[in-house]
Amino acid sequence: MSSAEQTTSPGLPARILAFVVGDSQADRAVPPTGFTARLTVFTSAAMAFLAVFALALSMATGRLASRWSAELARSSTLRISAPDDQIAGQTAAALEVLRTTPGIATARPLDGGEARALLEPWFGPDLPVESLPIPQLVEIVETGDGYDTTGLRARLQAEVPGAVLDDHTRWRQPLVEAAGRLRMLGIAAILLIAASTAAMITLAAQAALTANDQVIRVLRLVGAQDAYIARAFVRRFTLRALTGAAAGTLAGMAAIWLLPRADAAGGFLTGLGFQGIGWLLPVVIPPLAAITAFLATRWAAIRTLRAKS
Amino acid sequence: MIELQHVAYSYGGGELFSDLSLSLAPGSFHFLTGPSGSGKTTLLKLCYAELKATSGDVQIFGEDVRSMERDRVALARRRIGVVHQDCQFLDHLPLSENVALPLTVAGRGGELGQDLTDLLAWVGLTRQAGQLPPELSGGERQRAALARAVIMSPEVIIADEPTGNIDWEMSQRLLALLVELNRMGKAVLIATHDLQLIRAAKAQVQARVLRLKDRRLQAAGADL
Ligand SMILES: Nc1ncnc2c1ncn2[C@@H]1O[C@H](COP(=O)(O)OP(=O)(O)OP(=O)(O)O)[C@@H](O)[C@H]1O
Ligand SMILES: [Mg+2]
Repeated sequence: MSSAEQTTSPGLPARILAFVVGDSQADRAVPPTGFTARLTVFTSAAMAFLAVFALALSMATGRLASRWSAELARSSTLRISAPDDQIAGQTAAALEVLRTTPGIATARPLDGGEARALLEPWFGPDLPVESLPIPQLVEIVETGDGYDTTGLRARLQAEVPGAVLDDHTRWRQPLVEAAGRLRMLGIAAILLIAASTAAMITLAAQAALTANDQVIRVLRLVGAQDAYIARAFVRRFTLRALTGAAAGTLAGMAAIWLLPRADAAGGFLTGLGFQGIGWLLPVVIPPLAAITAFLATRWAAIRTLRAKS
Repeated sequence: MIELQHVAYSYGGGELFSDLSLSLAPGSFHFLTGPSGSGKTTLLKLCYAELKATSGDVQIFGEDVRSMERDRVALARRRIGVVHQDCQFLDHLPLSENVALPLTVAGRGGELGQDLTDLLAWVGLTRQAGQLPPELSGGERQRAALARAVIMSPEVIIADEPTGNIDWEMSQRLLALLVELNRMGKAVLIATHDLQLIRAAKAQVQARVLRLKDRRLQAAGADL
């Protein structure tokens, strides 16, 4: 008790910590109200669960956006479709054109194995690539400055009639934008979840304060100051939010862990997971929930106690 | 220590009493009698600032109640032990914790121990220490309320019908405790209908008996 009472100077986290580990008797003055207690724990858990997904979403879309804009921006594909006997000639001609085009770093024809790997996700591993009239693919990697798409198209049209240049920009740009937008949505979702948690805990705390009118009366009659009464309620709700959020976070992380690995299925879509050190990120959710609950309950308690004089 | 001057109080209708003056000095012992509904409980509530006078001055430990902030009132109440007519316990806490509550809320919960045990033994509630207030008899609750009122060793003790539900032998014990505290210099104010108790007290201490009647506070007749 005395240790918790004198902790007005340290920072917020230290105060909350003093709360959680400190005087376990502090909140006994408030009767445990089963219903609001369970509601608070449940809602915090649900919110934390959602927050894990929102966090995973914004991480994943962030990864997607940067991968697409970095990798795809540098590469494009040339597709050469021609009768069997002309394909080698046209490929050679195309490579010559590409070699002499400014802004192209490398141009490399893909062999059968690579073509098969590209097609495998769609047609399965047993595709007889050799017997299919699949076009010859040439992978083009640009230099930092890039090349003049229109000029290259015109030259290819003149010299390699079977070539189609696919520079990805047609579909790349909207995807990158969408990924960026999704990331913003993920962050907005996290903020909304935090705000809802604060609102819900404020309501629950207010309900508890009203329901415990008589308790507050008795505490005041025996000489309790507002800070003591507020602390009893705040400790309750902070602990409940922390417990609920910890459970919800664990559940959310487990659910994401159990998602099928999208990376294994082609590398195009990034998995909706955390990667490496990113797994540590959701760990901040329970403490943040506790801080939110602490501030929300304190605000509600101080306001209510001031009104009840 | 507690000073009421020309105080009037009304719950909204007519005035319950007016121009009432009372001074609780260290070592004083007062009884307050009067018909039911005359305003005894109300007067006591003015003394520990649960109510504020409609007019007149109330000073508690030298501070004007009208200008006292809530936290100051709380500090003053730690120096006044009160037995409420309706006891006022926290029904979810066992009796022993209720008795210790003034110490707990003052941040002195660590000082509990032998004193609490002795006090509970004195009021005959050792066996009931772990029970919840609603599980106790009226007399047991009143004894517990008295124990809670004195646990902080307050300078003023105010008791509202402390012996209403208590047998003669036990009320003698409680009186002995109050007399003992009074001899140590505490001011005591007891509202009661119990004439036998008043006579017993007057045999042991210098007690003034006040009577609240017809909106006035008067000294009671010499027959008391
Ligand atoms: N909160 C209240 N609101 C309105 N009227 C009240 C309130 N409390 C008490 N009264 C009225 O004030 C009058 C005095 O009440 P009070 O409790 O002070 O009497 P009392 O002398 O203590 O009576 P008793 O001996 O029965 O305990 C009563 O008529 C009562 O109805
Ligand atoms: Mg009364």
